[in-house]
Amino acid sequence: MCTATSRVRKCHGNVNPVLTIDRAIVDAIVAHARRDHPDEACGVVAGPIGSDVPTRHIPMDNAARSMTFYEFDSMEHLRVWREMDDLDEEPVVIYHSHTATEAYPSRTDISFAGEPNAHYLLVSTREPDSEEIRSFRIVDGVVTEEEVNIVDATVKA
Amino acid sequence: MAIEVRVPTILRSYTGGSKIVEGAGDTLIELIDDLDAKHNGLKGRLITPEGGLHRFVNIYVNDEDVRFLGALDAKVKDGDSVTILPAVAGGALGFAAAAALLGK
Repeated sequence: MCTATSRVRKCHGNVNPVLTIDRAIVDAIVAHARRDHPDEACGVVAGPIGSDVPTRHIPMDNAARSMTFYEFDSMEHLRVWREMDDLDEEPVVIYHSHTATEAYPSRTDISFAGEPNAHYLLVSTREPDSEEIRSFRIVDGVVTEEEVNIVDATVKA
Repeated sequence: MAIEVRVPTILRSYTGGSKIVEGAGDTLIELIDDLDAKHNGLKGRLITPEGGLHRFVNIYVNDEDVRFLGALDAKVKDGDSVTILPAVAGGALGFAAAAALLGK
């Protein structure tokens, strides 16, 4: 997929207009979001570089511990990113929850989005008995929603 | 010997695609100026027009967040490893309020 930018036209490899993710990982993300509700929850799903397959769920601390904001702890962020580097992985999915609003990127989410290869997965926990789960690419401030294809047993959770 | 700098994907357009570049300096700001001379535009992604460290990035010297080391005045030396990561943050809150909350 190519995206127009104000500076140059860039292409990012291995970008599919769909996020394919194992049900066990989605369940773990939803459980994390429910556990931290009403605070926002956040984390990463790592996968082999270039594979576009999320395989390893890493719940992160929300250092902001807020109902309306999330922020990775900077030291945990460094440790997890180094670990991915050592394992030839990259952040395939970066997720967080919105606990009182829809699962759509806020202006803050768009401003901060700094991983052009990642799928930004949002989970809304505003309804007590159902979750809204949506995924987006956010590149140079441009949000593109994509399909979420939940599959069974691509990984051992 | 030089200072090794690890560059995240989003900034590799400034480094010709390189993941690791080298620079020199005694402080972080000197290192950033040196890097900007070789990779024009990089500084603007790390430092605000007011001259502070940009809230959208985390910079580490070896294993420490530079915000705990004096920010742009953090000391660096040959053999150090500097890592730049895009901050991962966001949430439902409006941007101005989030920036105020972060105090960055």
